[in-house]
Amino acid sequence: MSELTIKDLHVEIDGKEIVKGIDLTIKKGEIHALMGPNGSGKTSLAYVLMGHPKYKITKGEILLDGQNILSLSPDKRAKLGLFLGFQYPVEVSGVSLSNFLRTVYMSVNGQKKKDVGEEVLSILEFREFLKQKLQELQMDQSFANRYLNEGFSGGEKKRAEVLQMAILKPKIAIIDEADSGADVDALKLIAKGIADINKTNNTGILLITHYNRILHHLAPDYVHVMINGKIIKSGDKKLADEIEEKGYETLRAG
Amino acid sequence: MDKQILNLRKEYAEKYGFSVPDKSVHKTEPGLSERVLREMSEIKGEKNVNEWIHKFRLRGLNHFLKRPLPKWGGDLSSINFDEITYYLKPTEKEETSWEELPPGIKSTFDKLGIPEAERKFLSGVGVQFDSENVYHSLKKDLEKKGVIFVDPDTGLQKYPHIFKKWFGSIIPPEDNKFSALNSAFFSGGSFIYIPPGVEVKQPLQAYFRINAEGFGQFERTLIIVDEGAKAHYIEGCTAPIYSKESLHAAVVEVVALPGSHFRYTTLQNWSNNVYNLVTKRAHAFEGATVEWLDANIGSKLTMKYPSVFLRGPRAKADILSVAFAGKGQHQDTGGKVVHLAPNTTSKLIAKSVSKDSGRTTYRGLLHVSKLADNVKSTVRCDALLLDEISKTDTYPYNEVNNESATITHEATVGKIGEQQLFYLMSRGLNEQEALSLIVSGFFDAFAKEIPLEYAVEFNRLIRLEMIGAVG
Repeated sequence: MSELTIKDLHVEIDGKEIVKGIDLTIKKGEIHALMGPNGSGKTSLAYVLMGHPKYKITKGEILLDGQNILSLSPDKRAKLGLFLGFQYPVEVSGVSLSNFLRTVYMSVNGQKKKDVGEEVLSILEFREFLKQKLQELQMDQSFANRYLNEGFSGGEKKRAEVLQMAILKPKIAIIDEADSGADVDALKLIAKGIADINKTNNTGILLITHYNRILHHLAPDYVHVMINGKIIKSGDKKLADEIEEKGYETLRAG
Repeated sequence: MDKQILNLRKEYAEKYGFSVPDKSVHKTEPGLSERVLREMSEIKGEKNVNEWIHKFRLRGLNHFLKRPLPKWGGDLSSINFDEITYYLKPTEKEETSWEELPPGIKSTFDKLGIPEAERKFLSGVGVQFDSENVYHSLKKDLEKKGVIFVDPDTGLQKYPHIFKKWFGSIIPPEDNKFSALNSAFFSGGSFIYIPPGVEVKQPLQAYFRINAEGFGQFERTLIIVDEGAKAHYIEGCTAPIYSKESLHAAVVEVVALPGSHFRYTTLQNWSNNVYNLVTKRAHAFEGATVEWLDANIGSKLTMKYPSVFLRGPRAKADILSVAFAGKGQHQDTGGKVVHLAPNTTSKLIAKSVSKDSGRTTYRGLLHVSKLADNVKSTVRCDALLLDEISKTDTYPYNEVNNESATITHEATVGKIGEQQLFYLMSRGLNEQEALSLIVSGFFDAFAKEIPLEYAVEFNRLIRLEMIGAVG
């Protein structure tokens, strides 16, 4: 059973502690929502899980299927089945989305599939697969030829992140503010895309979100509230409703 | 060192960096003098045939000896002109069948994939090995339409009227020190004439190979595209990896007559012991379009600024110059556009990448003359630095003497951000792969303009440069 385990994680940046002892386990197939106000350390946690070089881990462990991944670079974590959907995806000029997706597909899945004797999708099969995924996400086929994230609207960028996730088929996906910059229609598609990968690939999801807007379309199994670098409360979907109603302030006070 | 890099170094050396034993039929002593020039002229059979060309050579030599080295640009101080061999004749005659070539020369071009490319998608091929063209072909239907594609010696002998009319008129020997040197010792290259209205659909290709060590290659190209004609010329060049330095000083003159369309593509991949000092210039007449696509990946130092003089109304210039400078390399490149007539337009785009202490310099000129009304021009140069020890400089010169001109000028210097790398690495690419992807994206504007087969080669060379597999 695949799982991501975070044990007593403490993180510093520029000498300042921003993650102050987090314990969290995400099993395959589960959907966890991590909620919290701005500046609570949610995005930092996401970056740390994926291996961003600018953070310093002062204490604790991150385990993927029991293996400590703290010393691994982001690409190695990706190859082990970890994915991060970015709040602000980066633009890469001159690299078409289709070329990029094929490159990362080969990089992450190519070798893995060969190792277990599975067939890797040929270029034509891949093109078909991509066409279908674009359709599902209601993205125009012309997106395949556009440069990665360049000139994409907020909602388009987020859908492109979901697309990348669908192609990489991770064991565990961390999705940072999947809904920021997306309108209602895009939001539904993004939620559906996440639900699909969760269902078909049994991907464990850590959904990082400020508001519970997306949670109306994607029911979490667990909800955690993070404030000031710590998870102060965990519960089920009702906790998200409570936050919607009363805000973070009452929890902070409690 | 990591095994992958060692393998790629081997791959580079085997594919481009090899040499074959020198089996030349004539070779002058190292160094340059009037005596050497006469010897070469005699071997080429010029002396009794054509005093005109011999005088031209002497004019070049005299100017070269008088003219000091340029004080700008790259460091030329370590070129030892006395140690260079100026003429090396590889075979008795040029062949029209690959099978007739000596085995060493044939295997060289086989390895470089030229016969294969010729079969697949070229209209004609000329290949030069050291000082002379050794093989040459042109499709029969083009020959019937009057297209001429020969080496300059043949051009002068068989088509003296066209040849003499234009030769040396676009770039006179006195233009600069290295055009003077070329004018003195030029050998090999191409003479091309496209008759009025003829469209050459598939590219004509020239391939320049240096095989000898401490050698100077001085090919000379003259291309005349007559009224309403259209053609695309591609050149590639490589050399073995030697410790001793070689010199490549070419001159390329292009005449684009009214309404013609001409594109000249270069994929320069000299080994890192070659000084590449080249003068390229085109004159575009009324309504003609000239495009230079110039990629400089190899060489120790390249100084090259393809230029277009827009001489007739509505003529158009399009220059795209890309450069990659790795360890020990300096790419001093760019372009020049001179607007001499009204309603002329130009676009000059330069993109460069520096890595491992490599240095790139953009040098560009935009000149608009008083008589040129309603000129439109776009100049853009982008430099990408991959580390702290690499360098880039920009020298844009704008001389605008007519107020009706619309000029846009943009320049950027970029570094690859931590966030961009992190993003790509989070998708499973290692640092090297992520950097390569960013760089190939940076050069995409060039790669997508050239035929697919060349784009593949170009991307492969960039990849080799990126992992430090060259040199």
